[in-house]
Amino acid sequence: MTPIIRIQHEDFDLSDEIAALSYGRADIGAVVSFIGLCRDEAGTLAALELEHYPGMAEAEIARVACEAAARWPLLGLVAIHRYGLVRPGEQIVMVLAASAHRRAAFEAADFMMDYLKTRAPFWKREHRADGTLGGWVEAKAGDDDAAERWNR
Amino acid sequence: MNATAPLAATRTVKLVYFAWMRERVGVPSETLDIPADLATIADLVRWLKTRGENYEAAFANEAVVRAALDQVHAKPHAALGSAREIAFFPPMTGG
Repeated sequence: MTPIIRIQHEDFDLSDEIAALSYGRADIGAVVSFIGLCRDEAGTLAALELEHYPGMAEAEIARVACEAAARWPLLGLVAIHRYGLVRPGEQIVMVLAASAHRRAAFEAADFMMDYLKTRAPFWKREHRADGTLGGWVEAKAGDDDAAERWNR
Repeated sequence: MNATAPLAATRTVKLVYFAWMRERVGVPSETLDIPADLATIADLVRWLKTRGENYEAAFANEAVVRAALDQVHAKPHAALGSAREIAFFPPMTGG
């Protein structure tokens, strides 16, 4: 099982990714997908600007994917993360986890997102609807707690 | 006797900064000759803070600054070793 990891500005299509993952095989019994979208924050946000560390972003998500593959019997794993300007309603991130049974797929997708949020080198900045540049989004302690629960 | 000051040994590294660390330092990356006797990331931060107000501002709250050695996360006490690319950035907010 080789994880597929893509860091790109372009949007992505969930059904295309599931089709590519399951094409020509019949051993997959469960695919769990997660998609993170850009909120408009009650109309105040014009766009999120996503900065990333090229090279390390791919490498770090690959390390997280390898950990997921070691913990669950996965048959496929896909992580796609966008960078650049993303507008409200658009997709930011996608994780797909495939396994023979649902439990492993659910847990692996959850694990991937928890670690992607705390370890993948991406930073969000707000562009406000009134035309001003907002600040850098602050990390949430709750995200660290969510990642930490996998160590218990 | 002629006392000749020994040349301080240095080594060349690339430093890269992201998000508000990049803004506060003022450049996205730079190549610097750092003293070879800097053992850890924390030592490097201490040395950088002596180089100007921009570094002082960037590292004002050291506890929140994260680092990576050759694109792998590292803690402040981590040895610099032979790392060629050292990155500093705020806590990540992707996903």
